[in-house]
Amino acid sequence: MNRILVKKELAPKIKLIEFENRDIASKAKPGQFVVIQMGEKGERFPLTISGIDPGKGMVRVIFNEVGKSSKRLGALAEGEEIGNVAGPLGNPAEIEKFGTVLCFGGGVMTGPMAYEAAAFKKAGNRVITVIGARNKELLILKDEMNALSDKLYVSTDDGSEGYKGLDFLRDILEGEKVDRVIGMSVATATLRTLCELTRPYGVKTIVSLTPIMLDGTGMCGVCRVVVGGQTKFACVDGPEFDGHLVDWDLLESRKRVYSHEERVSTLLDEQVGKDCASRFQQTRK
Amino acid sequence: MPEKLKLNSIPMNKQPPEVRRRNPYEVAQGYTYEQAVEEAKRCIQCKKPACIQGCPVDIDIPSFVKALAEGDLPQAAKIIYGTNTLPAICGRVCPQETQCQENCTLGKKGDPVFIGRLERFVADWARENPEESGIFKIALPKPTGKKVAIIGSGPAGLTCASDLAKAGHKVVIYEALHLAGGVAVYGIPEFRLPKKIVQAEIDYLVNVLGVELKRNQVVGRSATLDELLADGYHSIFLGIGAGAPMFLNIPGENSNMVYSANEFLVRLNLMKAYLFPAYDTPVKVGKRVAVVGAGNVAMDAARWAVRMGADEVYIVYRRTEAEMPARIEEVENAREEGVIFKVLTLPVRVIPSAHGSVEAIECVQMELGEPDESGRRRPIVKPGSEFCMEIDTLIPALGTQPNPLVPRQTPDLKTTSRGTVVADEKGKTTKEKVWAGGDIVTGAATVISAMGAGRRAATDIDARLKNHS
Repeated sequence: MNRILVKKELAPKIKLIEFENRDIASKAKPGQFVVIQMGEKGERFPLTISGIDPGKGMVRVIFNEVGKSSKRLGALAEGEEIGNVAGPLGNPAEIEKFGTVLCFGGGVMTGPMAYEAAAFKKAGNRVITVIGARNKELLILKDEMNALSDKLYVSTDDGSEGYKGLDFLRDILEGEKVDRVIGMSVATATLRTLCELTRPYGVKTIVSLTPIMLDGTGMCGVCRVVVGGQTKFACVDGPEFDGHLVDWDLLESRKRVYSHEERVSTLLDEQVGKDCASRFQQTRK
Repeated sequence: MPEKLKLNSIPMNKQPPEVRRRNPYEVAQGYTYEQAVEEAKRCIQCKKPACIQGCPVDIDIPSFVKALAEGDLPQAAKIIYGTNTLPAICGRVCPQETQCQENCTLGKKGDPVFIGRLERFVADWARENPEESGIFKIALPKPTGKKVAIIGSGPAGLTCASDLAKAGHKVVIYEALHLAGGVAVYGIPEFRLPKKIVQAEIDYLVNVLGVELKRNQVVGRSATLDELLADGYHSIFLGIGAGAPMFLNIPGENSNMVYSANEFLVRLNLMKAYLFPAYDTPVKVGKRVAVVGAGNVAMDAARWAVRMGADEVYIVYRRTEAEMPARIEEVENAREEGVIFKVLTLPVRVIPSAHGSVEAIECVQMELGEPDESGRRRPIVKPGSEFCMEIDTLIPALGTQPNPLVPRQTPDLKTTSRGTVVADEKGKTTKEKVWAGGDIVTGAATVISAMGAGRRAATDIDARLKNHS
């Protein structure tokens, strides 16, 4: 169960893993996520699904090696097994024929966005995709996105490739009728910017939120977000919500709660790992 | 009567409050063999034992107590395991004072026989002496060829699974989390119920009774009930509990450092955040903690906060101590460990800091009015009584409601306005081949009542499966 079939590095620290889990592969839909635990001492962390192949029983995830757990996941080799994977979780994306859909995928979330954009295309939409990253080295899945979309735009924060920032979206929205915008990014500030850009045009803008999660099944409420003045649990009521109704200040603040602990955990893991390695080398000498 | 009635029970050793308030280990240390035998000898072996009627899973209490009094531990274990496969859990967390021990004849004049402590002793002995106890060598009947899916591995599901397996059916448990046990593993703290004991009782079901356990399976997302039935299951038992937390619904409640009791307890019990960073899951506990509510879950959260090093931990409750739903023993334990009780107090607003973290709660004083429909006096706000409590961690422990995942995916399963599943006294729901029991039917209740419901459903499922064969 959960044996890694394929592992690739898409960009520095950005990895793609395809693993075998027939239950999830037979059920997952775009917009849903899995919760992964690396070993019995591991934490549970969510990753949005980037694709499936029900025939092979394959589930694809793309992630950034930022902390202890994601680094450990990234360190696994093909053929090795991921510990616990639960899913699919969350509500599937609302996929319909809306007309023209603008799909924004930022950073690693370009992965799940590619999966969702393909579903929009299949549903008969005209699909405009925008892939974004901090700089050109971190852009991923450009060819895949290009193949499935009617039009592709590239945006980087530093302007090293394509447009600099997201302001150019105004020109798109001015130039043609967009019926729906979908945004995915773990950078909450980016999604917020996207929503502020689309707001004056009255285009319904759906965003996939990434608050802290624990169980992912609705039993704890750590992932609670406020949408339209109502408290919602992102894991069971979302993770996709109307971006024009999200309380962004609250989401940004709640995502920062454990940043200190995350740093401690990651640094400690790296240091202990180094110590063990050097001790091992010493004993070999 | 052969000898004089012994009216006083044998006390059980506990870790002293000043020691236990800084460690996660079990508070109650259990009886020694001598203590257990001596307590067992107090039982007068009533002709019509009222204790059995008080036990939702019908343990033959006088017989196992007699065997224990005679020093025949294998026999005592055999009797208990005959009706209950989770005795180490039950002996620890059942509210025996309102169950088996309530009607104990001795209790009319002195202390009742402490049945729970005796059950615990026998269960612990049996687990630690697998060869001698014989509980690991039971003969299962010939397989019936019928398959039953149990959704949820909490006390209701485990009991139902165990009874059906003993009846010869193929049983498969679907659990959403990575560990089985439900509230016994994520809700009840280590210091009341060590997790290795829960694990051992679940291992017994799997290894001895042949129950199959599928973890990380979120039924409602990964499969619907209809898909499971189409997959060849002859019956389904829903024991998915009431796991969705309730909040106070007051302004500021989404501030940082406001935990549902479920989140706080899942971090500590299931994820072992008290061992961070050896375990990866962190938990943050401030210096001044307020837990709102006064049930067992509130006591558990408050006592964990003490153990995590908080200077001041408050139980904030809108009624008085007389109305507290927690077991008296747990209230006393909490008080001994330094938890401060602020009764007739209701938080009305969370005051966040500039960084979005809890800085204080605004509360109002309450007074008790006329009794409400539950028979408890209704708390009323005292006008002009607003005041502030400076705290940095807030834990609403207001109870839970049923998780809507499965009902949402099962339109032909009738539910009440509260979200609980409608079932008759045998656990049969409105949906064909589907039974339910425990908190998903009753709303948040006790471990033992869930086990009783699991047993009644198993009896009914077994009868129907055998009639149709």
